Amino acid sequence: MAFLNMLYHVLFFPGIIFLFAVSTFAEYYDRKLYARLQNRVGPPWFQPLADFIKLLGKEEIIPSKADAAMFKLMPIIALTSVITAFFLIPPWSRFTHFSFEGDLIAIVYLLTIPTFTYFLAGWYSTSLYAMIGSARSLFQLFAYEIPLFLGVLAPAVLANTWSINGIMRFYNHHPGYWPLNIIAFVVTLIALQGKLERVPFDIAEAETEIVAGPFTEYSGKLLAFFRLAIDIEMVVGSALLSAVFLPFWLNLSPLLTVIASLIKIFFIITLLCVLRTIVARIKINQMISFCWNYLVPAAFLQILINLVLKEALLK
Amino acid sequence: MRFSGRVIFEALGSLFKKPNTVLYPAQKVPKAPRLRGRIVFDASKCIGCMMCVKDCPARAIAINKVGDKQFDCVMHLERCVYCGQCADSCMKKALEVTPEFELAQLDKSKLTVHYKNPNEQNNPQSEPEIKA
Amino acid sequence: MTNKVTIPIGPQHPALKEPESFSITLEGENIVHSSVRLGYNHRGIEKAAEQRTYIQDIYLIERVCGICSHSHSTCFIQAVEEIGKFEVPKRALYIRTLIGELERLHSHLLWLGVAGHEIGFDTLLMYTWRDREIVMDLLQMLTGNRVNYGINTIGGVRRDITAEHVKQILKDVDTLEERTKYYIKLGTQEVTLAQRLSGVGTLSHDDAVKLGAVGPTARASSVDRDIRRDDPYASYADVKFNVVTDNHNDVYGRTLVRLGELMVSYSIIRQILDKLPEGPVSVRVPRKIPVGEALSRYEAPRGEDVHYVKANGTDKPERVKLRAPTLANVQAVSKMLEDGHLADVPIVIAAIDPCFSCTDRITVTVNNRASGSSQVMDWEGLRRMGIEHYRKRGIDFRNIKGIK
Repeated sequence: MAFLNMLYHVLFFPGIIFLFAVSTFAEYYDRKLYARLQNRVGPPWFQPLADFIKLLGKEEIIPSKADAAMFKLMPIIALTSVITAFFLIPPWSRFTHFSFEGDLIAIVYLLTIPTFTYFLAGWYSTSLYAMIGSARSLFQLFAYEIPLFLGVLAPAVLANTWSINGIMRFYNHHPGYWPLNIIAFVVTLIALQGKLERVPFDIAEAETEIVAGPFTEYSGKLLAFFRLAIDIEMVVGSALLSAVFLPFWLNLSPLLTVIASLIKIFFIITLLCVLRTIVARIKINQMISFCWNYLVPAAFLQILINLVLKEALLK
Repeated sequence: MRFSGRVIFEALGSLFKKPNTVLYPAQKVPKAPRLRGRIVFDASKCIGCMMCVKDCPARAIAINKVGDKQFDCVMHLERCVYCGQCADSCMKKALEVTPEFELAQLDKSKLTVHYKNPNEQNNPQSEPEIKA
Repeated sequence: MTNKVTIPIGPQHPALKEPESFSITLEGENIVHSSVRLGYNHRGIEKAAEQRTYIQDIYLIERVCGICSHSHSTCFIQAVEEIGKFEVPKRALYIRTLIGELERLHSHLLWLGVAGHEIGFDTLLMYTWRDREIVMDLLQMLTGNRVNYGINTIGGVRRDITAEHVKQILKDVDTLEERTKYYIKLGTQEVTLAQRLSGVGTLSHDDAVKLGAVGPTARASSVDRDIRRDDPYASYADVKFNVVTDNHNDVYGRTLVRLGELMVSYSIIRQILDKLPEGPVSVRVPRKIPVGEALSRYEAPRGEDVHYVKANGTDKPERVKLRAPTLANVQAVSKMLEDGHLADVPIVIAAIDPCFSCTDRITVTVNNRASGSSQVMDWEGLRRMGIEHYRKRGIDFRNIKGIK
C-alpha cells in the first residue's frame, strides 16, 4: 500500500505527469507574457505541447565524429535530475515523504547537474559552435552559482535549519519574518535567471552569435527532452524560490495550499519573464564582473543581517 | 540618470493595450486605393499598339489579334511584378491596376489569365482557352 | 588557451540577414584574425540591364535591394536624365525627395530593430518594427506598394500626392517623432545597451578615410561627408538640414548618428511638404537616349550610392555599373573586428547596416598558379572565358534555341 502510494506520488502528483503539465503551461505563460509585453499576440495555449510532439517525430541526426552514447545520454540525465529535484520541494508543508535534513543543498546540487549536461552535450558534439557554447556555459557557472547558493542560504541561516520543511515550519511559526529576506530574494532571482540561461545571461545559447550553443547539433527527441528539462528547471527553480522566500499561506486545506503554491510559482515566473524583456544580453566578462561585484556582496550583506537578527530577535 | 530596464514602463503599458498584430486571414487590413495588385484588361479599348508588351520588364503580358481590330490579352501572373508600367504606357487606358493582391494558387496553370474579347471571331490563331 | 579555432560566420548564420562569409579566427573569446568573402548574392543585374530598355531597367534596378530600392532607382534615373539633358519638373523632384526621406525613415527604424535583435534585446526589435509599419502604410498609400515603390519614371514621377496625403503624412511624422525621442532616451540611458554598444567596433577617423567608409559608418568617426549637402540632387538644395556626425568612433556612435538622422529626416519632410510647388509631375522623354555617359551619386540610408550609365543612342543602355555603399563599408569590418570578442561580431557587422544584395558585383582576377602572375579580366575576356569553359565540356550555346 505504501508502495502504491509512493508510485502514485512519483508518477502523478507531484510527480512526472503533474510536472509535465505545469512546466508546459509555464512555458506557454512565459511566452505569452513576453509577447504581450512587446505588444504582440503570442502563441496559443497548446504551443509548447505541439512543439514537444513535433520534435518527437523528427529525425535525429548525430554528427559522425560525436560520441553517440554520451550524445544520447545527456538529455536523459538532465531530465532525471530536474525531476528528482522537484520531489524534494514540498507543495505544502505537511508533506514529508521525500524530505530530509540538508535537502536545500541537495536541490541546489541537483540543479547544477543540468548545466554540466549542457556542457558535456556541447563538448561531445564536436561541432565548433557547440564547443564554444559549452565553454561559455561553464564560464557562466562560475558567475551565478555562488550568488544563488548564498541567496538561498540567507533564510536558512535565520531559520537555523538546512531542510526546506524546517524553513517553512519556522516561518509559519514566526509570520512577518519573511520580508526581511528581500535582498536575498532579489539576488537569488537574478542568479536564477543566470542558471536558467535566459536573457540577460543567455550567453551560452546566444542565437545570433553561435547559432544554438551546446544544442546546435541536437534534433528530434533528444532536443525535445532537453527543452523539457529546461522548462522543468524553470518550474523547479521558481518552486525553490517560492518555498524559501515566500512561506506564507501554508495553513489552508491541502487543495488550497497547492493552488497557493502554484500562484507563488507563477508570480516568480512573471518576474523572470519581465526581467527577460527589459534588458539586452551582456557579454561573458561583463556578466562575471557584474555577479562578483554586485550580487555576491549583496548576498553576504543579507547573511550578515540575518545573523545579527538571529541573535537579536530570537534569543 | 542611467539605470537598467527603462523599457519596463513601456512594456507594462503594452500589456494593457491591444496587440498590434493583425490576425490575418481572420482579420483583414483595409486596402489602400493605390495598391498595385492584379492588372485587368478591357478589350473594347485596346488598339493593338503593343506598347505594354514592349515596356513590361518581366515579359508577363501578351496581346493577340483575334479579329479585325480586336485583341485579347494573356497575362502570366507568376511573372508579373505588379509595377503598373503597362497601365501607364497604354494610351487608350485599356489596362487598369486593381488592388487585388490575394492571388496565390496551388496550381500553376491557374496563374495564366486569359482576358477574352467578347467580339472574338473563332480565329484559329487565338490562344487555347485557359480558365482564369 | 593558445589553440586557435576558426569559426565561420556565414554564409548561413542567424546573425546575418543575407548570405556572406566571414571567417573569424579565435583564441578563447578574442578575435585574432578575420576575413571577408563576398559574392553569394550575385545575380548578374548589370548584364541584365544591358538587354532591357531604359523603361524596363527602372524596375530591374529598383529590385537590386528591397530596403534601399528607391535610392537605386533614383540614382539610375538621375544618370539617364543627365545624359539626355531632360528638365525634370520641380514638383517631381520634391516628390522624389519625399519618398527618399520616407525610405530613410523605414531603413533606420529597421536597422534599430536588427541591432536590438543582434544584442539579444528583442523588445527593441518588436517596438521599432511596429513603428516602421506606420511608414510602410504611408508608402503604400502614396505609391502603391510597401517595398519597391515604382514611383520613378524617366522624366519625373508616376503618381501625384493629394492634400489628404499631405495631412496624413504630417500626422504620422508627428507620431514617429515622439517614438524616436523615446528611442533616443532609451539608447542613451539603458545600461545593458551601452555596455554592448560602447567600445565595440572602433574605427578611427584616419582609418575610416583610408578604407573608404561612407554613410553613417563614416559619420560616426567624424568624417563629415553627406552627398545631400556636398553634391545636392533632387530638391536637397532647397531644404535646410544638419549633417549628423559623432566622435565616438564605435557602434554606439553609429547608433546615435542614425537616430539623429531620423530626427533630421522629420524636419526635411516637413519642409518639403511645406514648400511643395504646383505643376506637372513628369515630362515626356524620347525612348532613345542620346550618346553620352553620366555618373550620379545618391545618399542612400547606408551611404553613398554611385551609378554609372553609358548610353549609345538606342533604347537600351550600353553599360550600367552600380557601386553600393555596403561595398565601401565592408572593407572596414576586418579592421573593426581587430581585438574584439566573438560576442561583438554580430553587432559590428550589423552596425555597418549590411545589404549584401546591393553589394555583389564581380571583378574577375585570374591567378595563374603556375606562373604566379595574375591578370584582371574585362567584359569581353570574361565572356570569352565562359564560352570556352562550356565548349570544352561539349556544350555549345549557339545551338540552344532562344539565345542570341
